[in-house]
Amino acid sequence: MVRFEKRPQPSRLFAYATPLLAVLATFFFGGLLFAALGKDPVVSIVTIFWEPLFGEFSFFYRPQLLIKGAPLVLIAIGLSLGFKAGIWNIGAEGQYIMGALVGAGVGLAFYPTESVLIFPLMVLAGALGGMLWAMIPALLKVRFGTNEILVSLMLVYVAEQFLASMSLGLLKNPEGFGFPGSRNLQQYPSAHNAEIIAGSGMHCGVVAALIAVIFAYVLFARHKLGFAIRVTGEAPRAARFSGVNPSRLVVFCLGASGMLAGLAGLFEVSGPAGQVTIDFNVGYGFTAIIVAFLGRLNPIGIVLAGLLMALTYIGGDIAQSQLQLPAAAIQVFQGMLLFFLLAFDLFTNYRLRFGRSEVA
Amino acid sequence: MDLSAINPILLVAALMSAATPILLAATGELVVERAGVLNLGVEGMMIIGAICGFAIAVETGSPTIGFVAAAVGGALLSLLFAFLTQITLANQVASGLALTLFGLGLSALLGQGYVGIKPPRMPDINFGPLADIPVLGPILFSHDPILYVGLLIVAVVWAVLKFTRVGLVLRAVGENHDAAHALGYKVVRIRTLAIMFGGACAGMGGAYISLIRVPQWTEGMTAGVGWIALALVVFASWKPWRVLLGAYLFGGITQLQLNLQGAGVAIPVEYLAMSPYVITIVVLVILSADKSAAPGSLGRTFHASS
Repeated sequence: MVRFEKRPQPSRLFAYATPLLAVLATFFFGGLLFAALGKDPVVSIVTIFWEPLFGEFSFFYRPQLLIKGAPLVLIAIGLSLGFKAGIWNIGAEGQYIMGALVGAGVGLAFYPTESVLIFPLMVLAGALGGMLWAMIPALLKVRFGTNEILVSLMLVYVAEQFLASMSLGLLKNPEGFGFPGSRNLQQYPSAHNAEIIAGSGMHCGVVAALIAVIFAYVLFARHKLGFAIRVTGEAPRAARFSGVNPSRLVVFCLGASGMLAGLAGLFEVSGPAGQVTIDFNVGYGFTAIIVAFLGRLNPIGIVLAGLLMALTYIGGDIAQSQLQLPAAAIQVFQGMLLFFLLAFDLFTNYRLRFGRSEVA
Repeated sequence: MDLSAINPILLVAALMSAATPILLAATGELVVERAGVLNLGVEGMMIIGAICGFAIAVETGSPTIGFVAAAVGGALLSLLFAFLTQITLANQVASGLALTLFGLGLSALLGQGYVGIKPPRMPDINFGPLADIPVLGPILFSHDPILYVGLLIVAVVWAVLKFTRVGLVLRAVGENHDAAHALGYKVVRIRTLAIMFGGACAGMGGAYISLIRVPQWTEGMTAGVGWIALALVVFASWKPWRVLLGAYLFGGITQLQLNLQGAGVAIPVEYLAMSPYVITIVVLVILSADKSAAPGSLGRTFHASS
């Protein structure tokens, strides 16, 4: 007879071991999936996880790691604030889109003026755009008790439609020969989020992600607000008695995560993506949910998880062109990772006992 | 703009069809939530149902077998959620999100060979002379069988929850799992069955989109219907007949905005397409003041030792 017994304290060992176990299990079952698709599982895994880092063309792929990892880390850091407190913002994708739209809109409004002030202004606008979009679920929750999960998610679909309307209408490139999509910000120096060191992948978004990680680390380790977030997540009633204002916490967590998602969107649209198009967003807002959980809602963990997820994107692209592995297989792979993580997490809070339970 | 092109009778008839996917998914989720489990994976189970139903219907040539396959597919996927939340005691919100992300990926993978194919058509039920009654005929007696199955499921769920012992036990588990456990009910088993029922309903709802509403397969074709279904359960205060009312309301909005797009109203298409989501939010705001109807143990993890 196997049963689970609740641990008096969560196991520290398993808290760290769970993500590793989950990754190993995903390698195994992912390999089975690739085999089922008629690909050599070992070759597939090597192509996805080894080629981009140490393969022949790694000089090309390594910068990509930063480019793809930065938005994931930036968004996931924001999400982790809320998730820790039991405030579920799952509409980061929408906030990402709105940040990009507002930021790019500000930049395009100045075209073709050149000034060093334009890019900082765009960054502010992007942050504000994402934050205001996240304020909708926040204020509705505080004022009316509306479920923030559903509202933030509904707003993703609204934002996607808004994006379509903007890239076909207001923000459309007047010199674009009728093609949908805005002017290319990469060709507008004042608004271009260029790489700080050319060829390194290091753009302003990467710097912003690092700053966010440091801020989040200090917040949780040293600041009273971080404590309030943790207590609210673990024991809401105790948090109330210790003087935490739940409404303020909702506004802060959703606002901060919206802001970071908006920033991620702006850095993406003004840098790697270059222009506002109907589908410039590639689902970072949803993948960041996996990143936040895989990183155990811990800032350092999120950096590692973000890089791993970025790797699956890059490796997935390589596997797609070299092995004709379908893009959706990578999506399944990422989803599997979250499943195994949640399943193995059982051992953090419970221990396995063999033998019959005694009658109390 | 030509609003006279919108025929109100056809609009109501189409509304019932537009509402069916939401109705099926929401009724399934209602049962799950009445058992005290919050499964946010409805969208994932719907899209898996959509592709399973589509693929099997194309391979066998029978839409009926397709719908059965969709229900099985949705229920199988929901077993993953049941395993995570009932056996490994994972957080229900996170597990539901995982289910949706995984389902969207898996459906895209399964659906690769099926893009651009037309599925076999499911014929409408022939009611004979009843279909010729003016107004009522086209509205009530000119639909495919699954639409009536959806209505039947609502009625059965209502009756079972209200009048039977099974329903009472299910509600007891949802209201207070510790008390139900103390009375000797198998909380985990009952919840797992409820989750599978929810998965089967969501799967059929998804297949209704890919086999009857659209009918073809495109990636991510459920486009948030699963989330609207979740909102609908809150809207309905966890009551089956109000789910029906809500589903028709949303079906009506969806259908009306499609018709307005067709009629060439001056509002841009994107803003019309936003409307179901915006209205969902508005309705949620209006109705979320009253939380008293929510099952007491909703979303809480059950472990027998504690």
